[in-house]
Order: sequence, then structure tokens, then C-alpha cells
Amino acid sequence: MNDTLTIGKYQFSSRLILGTGKYPSMQVMQDAHAASGAEMVTVAIRRINLDDPTGKTMLDYIDRNKLRILPNTAGCYSAKDAVLTAQLARELLETDLIKLEVIGDPQTLHPDARETLAAAEQLIADGFTVLPYIGDDPVVCKQLEELGCAAVMPLAAPIGSGLGVCNPYTIRIIKERANVPVIVDAGVGTASDAAIAMELGVDALLMNTGIAAAKDPILMAHAMKNAVVAGRQAFLAGRMEKRLYANASSPMQNLISTTQSGM
Amino acid sequence: MKATINGEMRELPDGITLAGLLEDLGAPRSGIAVARNQQVVRRAEFDTQQIADGDTIEIIKAVAGG
Repeated sequence: MNDTLTIGKYQFSSRLILGTGKYPSMQVMQDAHAASGAEMVTVAIRRINLDDPTGKTMLDYIDRNKLRILPNTAGCYSAKDAVLTAQLARELLETDLIKLEVIGDPQTLHPDARETLAAAEQLIADGFTVLPYIGDDPVVCKQLEELGCAAVMPLAAPIGSGLGVCNPYTIRIIKERANVPVIVDAGVGTASDAAIAMELGVDALLMNTGIAAAKDPILMAHAMKNAVVAGRQAFLAGRMEKRLYANASSPMQNLISTTQSGM
Repeated sequence: MKATINGEMRELPDGITLAGLLEDLGAPRSGIAVARNQQVVRRAEFDTQQIADGDTIEIIKAVAGG
């Protein structure tokens, strides 16, 4: 089945995008990336340590022949910081892709919609393919789409919470109204969460902690790969109608009877 | 001359280029990107862009993140 995910000018056969944070080791991360079948991974951008400027960077652990890199603006609290971070990421990584993340609150890590919209507008004018992380707000998602974002990435639950899809109704509404891919970003904790999100019809998932913080991240990466495929296929297949009462699957005619009167 | 490098005020030789700064810091020229006063500096310009007194320089790399 040909079921390609298109984000801007980029195409993917996997609908799972992974982070590179919080893994117990770089080897485990690399094995988890491979097990997940992901074709794109995120990285963050930070200042080099002036006391150890030659230290390895994340780029030493990502095979760019196999994985596209999606830099993020994580940690930014203003459009200005996010735009500069994105521009530095583009220069470093030679990609126009950017996961735009402008945080509004350190405890919930909820995005700041106003700053995200402002940064998106500037980055799109500057030629970026912008994938904004945003709250599960159908209006803001639509505004981001209208600015020219290549996708919208509503959260399922707070970053790193593993709570799963907290509001499936808003995610569904966002997807039904969107004309760009909807990527659920943040909050997926286990395989059933991933399947539920995909069954809502969203186009892809971006996850980090759900895999990296599992007891066996490589096995969880396998599970997430399968869950994303299963959820996608179930969505495309179209689920049965729910009904309140039973409806037998076996024929009700020609039943064997041991009572004399038959019926 | 003074400039702020990654948030730290540093005393630098007059006329030093970005390439010279990276060399003095012991930083590689690949795997990093540089902004000077909130403007990205292309790698090809490291040898010619001179740091001025009061400049703000950011030198960044890719790290783990989600």
C-alpha cells in the first residue's frame, strides 16, 4: 500500500518522527532509531561549551544517509530567540526544516501561541519549512496553517508526561479541518497511545520520552513502529460503528436443540 | 576590546576574525554555526568577518533534544 507522508517538499514512508533526548546511551538511541523505522529525528541547538569546545555533537551519532534531521527551537521563550535559533540551525545543518517550539511556561512547557505565530510568520518569509509545536487549539492550528506552515504539531499531552491523547476530540477537529499534515507531538507514553492518535486520523507522530524513558527503549521503538502502522491502517480501514447491544457474529438459524418442542 | 561570547564577556585582541576566535578557543570550524549580533555568519565569511568591540557572538552546536 502506497501511503506516503508529504511535509512541504519532503516525503516519508514512516509516520514516526523521533527525538534524540534522554536516551541512556548513544548506542541505545541509535538502535532505537533503527528499530523504529523513523526517517527523521529531532535535535536541539545549544551554545558550545567554551571550556570544552571540541566535545562531540549530536551530529556524530546520526547517520544522515538514513535519517533526515529536524532541528528544533526548544528552550526558546520568544519569537526573536526562536528565529535566531532556527537560522543558526539552518546554517549548521543545511536544512530549511525547523520544528518551531516557543514555550510559554516552564512547568507545563505549553507553547506560547502568540510568540509561535510571530516566529512562524518570520521563518516562513525567510524560506523555512516550518513545523510548529502548538497546543491542541483548532483556531491557532488553522492560523498557523494560513501563515504557511508545512504542518501543525498539536500536543497530545504535556511534553515528557506520557499521559497519552488527553483530548481526542480536539485532535480530531484539528485534523478534520486541516489542509496540512497534523503531527501529534508530545505526550505519547506507550503503544496504545500511539495507535489511538493514529486512529484519530492524524498524519504522523513525533515522540521522544515515550521511547527514550522506556525500560527497554529499543523494544519500545519496535512497539511504537507497529502501533503507528496499526493505528494508521485501522484509520484507513474505517472502524465499525459502535453499538450498545450485542450482535452475534454466528448465524442464528439452524441451531442445534435438545428440547422436544424445537423452538 | 571586549565581546560577549556565548554569554561570557571576553577580552579579545583587536581586529580578530571569527576564524581567529574559533582557533583561539580551540573550537572546530565544522559541527558549529556562528551568529554575530543576532545575524548568522556564513562559514565562508569566518576568515574575513572581524569582531568589533561590544559584539555579541553565539557559537552553537547540535545536542540531544525532542
